[in-house]
Amino acid sequence: MSSTLTETSPAVPAPAPVTVRVPSLPPRKRRLWARMLRYRWLYLLLAPGVVYFAIFKYAPMYGAIIAFEDYVPFLGMSGSRWVGLAQFQRFFNDPDFFRLLGNTLILAGLSLVIAFPLTIIMALILNEMRLMVLKRTVQTLIYIPHFLAWTVVASLTYLLFAQGAGPLTHLLNAMLGTHIDFLSDPAWFRPIIVLQDIWKNTGWGTIIFLAALASVDQEQYEAAVIDGAGRFQRVWHVTLPAIRPTIIIMLILQMGQILNTGFEQIYLMTNSLNRQVADVFDTYVYFVGITQGAYSYATAVGLFKAVVGVVLILGANWLSKRFNQDGIF
Amino acid sequence: MAREVFRYNTRAGRAFDVANVIFLTIVGLVALAPFLFVLVRSFASEAELTARPFFLWPDHFDLSAYTVIFTTPSFTRAVITTVLVTAVGTVIQLLLTVTMAYPLAKRDLPGRNIILSLVVVTLVFSGGMIPTFLIVRNLGLLNTYWALILPLAINPFSLIIVKNFFQNLPAELEESAKVDGASELVVLWRIVLPLSKPILATFALFYAVGIWNDFMSPLLYLNDTSMWTLQMFLQQVTAATDLTTAQQVDPNYIPPSQGIKYAVIVIATIPVLIFYPFLQKHFAKGMLIGAVKG
Repeated sequence: MSSTLTETSPAVPAPAPVTVRVPSLPPRKRRLWARMLRYRWLYLLLAPGVVYFAIFKYAPMYGAIIAFEDYVPFLGMSGSRWVGLAQFQRFFNDPDFFRLLGNTLILAGLSLVIAFPLTIIMALILNEMRLMVLKRTVQTLIYIPHFLAWTVVASLTYLLFAQGAGPLTHLLNAMLGTHIDFLSDPAWFRPIIVLQDIWKNTGWGTIIFLAALASVDQEQYEAAVIDGAGRFQRVWHVTLPAIRPTIIIMLILQMGQILNTGFEQIYLMTNSLNRQVADVFDTYVYFVGITQGAYSYATAVGLFKAVVGVVLILGANWLSKRFNQDGIF
Repeated sequence: MAREVFRYNTRAGRAFDVANVIFLTIVGLVALAPFLFVLVRSFASEAELTARPFFLWPDHFDLSAYTVIFTTPSFTRAVITTVLVTAVGTVIQLLLTVTMAYPLAKRDLPGRNIILSLVVVTLVFSGGMIPTFLIVRNLGLLNTYWALILPLAINPFSLIIVKNFFQNLPAELEESAKVDGASELVVLWRIVLPLSKPILATFALFYAVGIWNDFMSPLLYLNDTSMWTLQMFLQQVTAATDLTTAQQVDPNYIPPSQGIKYAVIVIATIPVLIFYPFLQKHFAKGMLIGAVKG
């Protein structure tokens, strides 16, 4: 399945009627030139995409240089003063840095400890459902929230948890005997974010585990039954070990994404009262960069996050290869 | 037979089955409940909404919330805008993905590996929000609808999946067409695209849902409130309950009545729910194709 990295000429010389006479070039280069000429229409097709990547992916990477400047829009990128690592030093010495790091890691940790196991348990339960109609109906229903916009999820949350009138506010306050305003109480910010995450993505997350569960060798179950294993023992001793590689890979992948809190979700749930616990790197970049116009500083924060992100992803990839699995790249 | 071998009929096994049916029914309902709650309430009168905190069916079927929003110019404009941006954006995304994926599927195209590597790099690293914002601004795209379409015109993940799909098409078809004298473009149009209809339809739906749901791009690139998309409108109407800030911006700000909030959510959600059955037919397969390496 791996593509050859070395350029090889096609096994069967294509009946190319294109004759090129470039006598001064050595034969290998001439063949390359002939191939490029033969594929000229393909290059034409390729051009718009290449332009897209150049403008909207690579130009911003180059533009990230302003993280090392004191960027003033009026002076432009080349005219602004070079300050080296000053923006980064400012960020690392800012008390905000540890607050952002803490908020981000806590949210990622909660997701890893609560949402991730829930996804696996949900997949196992679905897998044990022998009533196919119900299984398929439930699957259909729990995938739906994945496709809803974060604005819709946030709006639903705001209505359900509205102060006074929200039905979940009623219910929870009655159960706890309290008068909490869930939307502005900083202590409830994280639970609500995790709840949203679970509601929106648990169903979707089961797909990959269900696929793994479907390929578990049936003979192992039969063998387990002969050995006297009951239903729960079969799950514990056969099913779980069989999908362990998938679990490990998904776990590693999630570790690689640990700094990526969803911008839209956090932004939509942030308000002036829960700011202290709500700010994460992505939303901080927005508030500092876009709304306050501190372009260089915000770019430095974003660049720090991006570089750590690359390290984490490559680390995760290396780990997954060590577990005798295919890496992602 | 299987029933006997696997001993589902033990007492514990049966109890588990019953518990499982109950549990999964609840889970299915919970997945849908918030939306049903909103849907039902969007058809209730304002008086009923204030009087009854919770109900499964409105006493009086009332369409006034919908009448109000559809006679509000800023709302109808947002709906039309979003439909147009979604339609144009989906076509552009699909076109760019296909035209870029097809050449990259040719293993012996000189330069292919370099371009592929550069595409893969963008999966793990990006310049970030601010540099991208500055590029969009320098291109003069701020406060234009192109800002919602062009920066997201190609999704590198989808590109690689489509490329892999093209690459795995039987080569014989193409070769026989070329023997008959067809050029690369004719092969793409007459042979490759018709074979790829299902995967392209799936991606078109994913793209459409993505653009329809996009909140970050309009937030970043549109300052002009008259250009708002539906998601921006929704956020202002429901999520922005920071009344004090809203009133600082506009002293005449009146919080929208409840029914309107529910109706706007329904309108913002319905297209996704309409697309969903078509999406569902393919996405599981699509996810698995995506897991295959290039």
